[in-house]
Amino acid sequence: MELLKVQNVEKYYGNRSSLTKAIDDISFKVDKGEFLAIMGASGSGKTTLLNCISTIDRVTAGHIFLEDQDITALKGKELNHFRREKLGFIFQDFNLLDTLTAYENIALSLTIQKWPTETIDKAIQIVAGQLGISDILSKYPFQLSGGQKQRVACARAIVTNPRLILADEPTGALDSKSSGLLLERFNFLNNEYNATIMMVTHDSFAASYASRVLFIKDGRIFTEINRGSAKRKEFFDKIIDVVTLLGGDVSDAL
Amino acid sequence: MLCKLSVKNLHRSIKDYAIYFFTLVIGVSIFYIFNAIDDQTATLTIQSIDLEVLDLLSGALSAVSVFVAVVLALLIIYASRFLMKRRNKEFALYMLLGMGKGKISAILLIETFFIGLGSLAVGLVIGIGLSQLMSALVASLFAADMTEYRFSFSSASMVRTVIYFSIMYIVVMLFNGAFVTKMKLIDLIQSEKRSEEIKVKNPLLSCIIFLVAALGLAWAYRKVTGSFNGLNQRTIILCIVIGAVCTFLVFLSLSGLLLRIVMSFKKAYFRGLNSFTFRQISSKVNTMIFSMTVICLMLFVTVCTLSSAFSVRNTINQTVNTLCPVDVQIGINEYEGDFKPTYVDIEKIYAEYGYDITEKFKDHVFVDVYLDPSFNFGEFFGPYQQEVRKQFQFLRFDSPEQIMILSDYNALMELFGRATYTLEDDEFMLVANYINMIPLRNMVLSGGCTENIFGHELKSKYDHCIDGFLDLNLNATCSGIFVIPDSVADKDSRVSNYLFGNYDAATKAQTKAMDSEMSDIHQKVYECYYRDLYTERKGQNMPTFYEGFTSRIELYSNGMGISAIITFLGLYIGIVFLIASGAILALKSLTECVDSVQRYDMLRKLGADEGELNRSLFLQTGLFFLFPLAVAAVHSVFGMKFAISLLETAGTTNTLQSLILTCIILLAIYGGYFIITYFSSKNIIKNRI
Repeated sequence: MELLKVQNVEKYYGNRSSLTKAIDDISFKVDKGEFLAIMGASGSGKTTLLNCISTIDRVTAGHIFLEDQDITALKGKELNHFRREKLGFIFQDFNLLDTLTAYENIALSLTIQKWPTETIDKAIQIVAGQLGISDILSKYPFQLSGGQKQRVACARAIVTNPRLILADEPTGALDSKSSGLLLERFNFLNNEYNATIMMVTHDSFAASYASRVLFIKDGRIFTEINRGSAKRKEFFDKIIDVVTLLGGDVSDAL
Repeated sequence: MLCKLSVKNLHRSIKDYAIYFFTLVIGVSIFYIFNAIDDQTATLTIQSIDLEVLDLLSGALSAVSVFVAVVLALLIIYASRFLMKRRNKEFALYMLLGMGKGKISAILLIETFFIGLGSLAVGLVIGIGLSQLMSALVASLFAADMTEYRFSFSSASMVRTVIYFSIMYIVVMLFNGAFVTKMKLIDLIQSEKRSEEIKVKNPLLSCIIFLVAALGLAWAYRKVTGSFNGLNQRTIILCIVIGAVCTFLVFLSLSGLLLRIVMSFKKAYFRGLNSFTFRQISSKVNTMIFSMTVICLMLFVTVCTLSSAFSVRNTINQTVNTLCPVDVQIGINEYEGDFKPTYVDIEKIYAEYGYDITEKFKDHVFVDVYLDPSFNFGEFFGPYQQEVRKQFQFLRFDSPEQIMILSDYNALMELFGRATYTLEDDEFMLVANYINMIPLRNMVLSGGCTENIFGHELKSKYDHCIDGFLDLNLNATCSGIFVIPDSVADKDSRVSNYLFGNYDAATKAQTKAMDSEMSDIHQKVYECYYRDLYTERKGQNMPTFYEGFTSRIELYSNGMGISAIITFLGLYIGIVFLIASGAILALKSLTECVDSVQRYDMLRKLGADEGELNRSLFLQTGLFFLFPLAVAAVHSVFGMKFAISLLETAGTTNTLQSLILTCIILLAIYGGYFIITYFSSKNIIKNRI
């Protein structure tokens, strides 16, 4: 079942004299329950694409449909409603509020949605159990390790049961062990709870956890590969092959 | 190159510097305006004021200016240090690139120089402009006529402003230099990693601290609002110190405690952005407990100073009319040895030296004051002496009560345009208007008292004091005159003789001329009388004299002058304190806001509405400004009670109006800072997409 449809999206920066095409006519679809990774070198336009899908940025041309709703046509308050009801965000630098405890950080995305107070605690306990952070909920971000922070951020993103989880380089600031743990969790959420995840990364290792990888070069789709029934290790090798084909400029990201 | 860097820096951090610059400009203009008052009063054609009062005014203003300069210097140092701290990363970059500390100092020096020069120039222009408005205020305060308006410019004030502020800026430069020499590259780089200073406070400890603070304040409040005659200077200072320390403790404990309380209301806490809002406020307050305390105390002082100053001013206008109903009171008070008064017949003395005392008067009255040596305060109060002692520690119970006969009193009241009275042969009445004495007097009178005066048993006609007075005065300080039937009085017990009169003058100018003429005559008569007595006694055992010439014009101009001085000083200190408080809070709020931009972006990504964000920001800024104001308000309630009881001694009663005026000024300046802060913050966090 199709959840997200990106249709001929273009995004230009600059003015007439110096025009930069950050996204140059990209189209693809994401099905419900899919774990999609988008790979590309720095400046290839992958973060711009994510920003357009998350409605943080506006497209220059083209349309993006989420559940058959054209989100490029949304305005003002509708955008906020859309973001808080349909999307969950995970950032590279966690973006937790350092004045709030982990619990309050997670609760914030629920209170913004105006959830009744009685239901908040239950929802948090469930999601904390799923991500293995139940015992650190009362701590402040500065008392947590990077991996723990990212799992709290992840909990904040999924606690509202969003249609689509958007992750922007979620392992960028983590060591390999924490990265592995986080990505295992993504897989778990994807497999057990049928969560749809779209992750932007330049890390082949992170991408190998996904079920499909989309490669972007110079604002265009270069190619895409499906994991199918392959083992993660095999999929990783396949990704490396494409990265090599892409032309070295991503290989340094290994 | 360095110069270019400095200018670019200023340009870039204009948001941070705007409020700083704004504050400097206000500081400069206020400083100019108040120092220019001096010259302005001199240029106005002021009739009702003496040179002495002007001298006093200029002396007081320059003394307070030094104090104000110190306050402003502290503010500027605080603000510039605060802004410097925000630039650690920048300095680290300079040093990493190999720039020497000398050059960094030079950059800061140039920056301070430009800011200083700019603020001085703008501030002076605004100051000169506003001081024209001040002229009008000066004129109304000194009751001068503003018919011929002149543009006034005070070069003395300008020179003083430039000198004082140059010194301040040089001090700031020195401080900055010292800061740069002290800083280490490693600290600068590490300061980037924001120190997470979230003190998880023990709620029990907070509670205890809060209780201690509350008890301390309660004690101080009780002390100052209780019978204030029991207060001496040491207790007052103790109260102030305890009050200040407890204020600090209140802020120390309340920031954590309030958050706890809000958090315990789970429903409210987990609604919308409330958890974020209250955490933000709590962390902001936590990092500036000391500044909050200082701000709170400054606001408290401002409220008390301003409203007291306005009260005194209002009062003088009112009381001159009620308490000085005639033009002049003339007498010569002569006291032998231990304050034993001698009767001096004023008309006879004048005649003796060739003057007719009644010549210049349209209407006049002579009255006598009597004393009965055996009828004193102690005698009157009898068993109530203990009660009286509590209020008036230094009252001498052996000093005799003042007595007047009814016919004198009624004649005087007729001249004053007040009610006259009748008495039976065995009755007396007590006249007083000293507000602190009346209740004590009434305590005795209400029991239906009988007194022995000049050997006659007289009973009080009324069970309370009659409102009235004898001496012309700006304050209601008549603590009691016993009016007795004429038949009872013993002529030999007369101790003072006064003339009360209105000049035979049609215009104000004539009155003024006659008043000064009469004053000169009185001076001559007095001197002659004194000289003759001196010759007679060969300079031995000379009595003490009080000149005894009191005119309404003189009282009025003294009162006006003093009230004007008090008003100016009150305004001066009040406004400076207000801008200092506002500036500190605004700076802190704005820089905090700049640091929090990404938090707001994050909240936006979580889907928070723009309206919700603005509401959160409004609540944060508002509560941050309200917090010290609220504590200061509680302080002020008790502080004002103390001030009012002090003012009542001086005869001031109308404090509500002054309080309202004070609130308006406070709202205008403090509220102005709040509004500017809110809108700038809103601008800072605005969505840039």
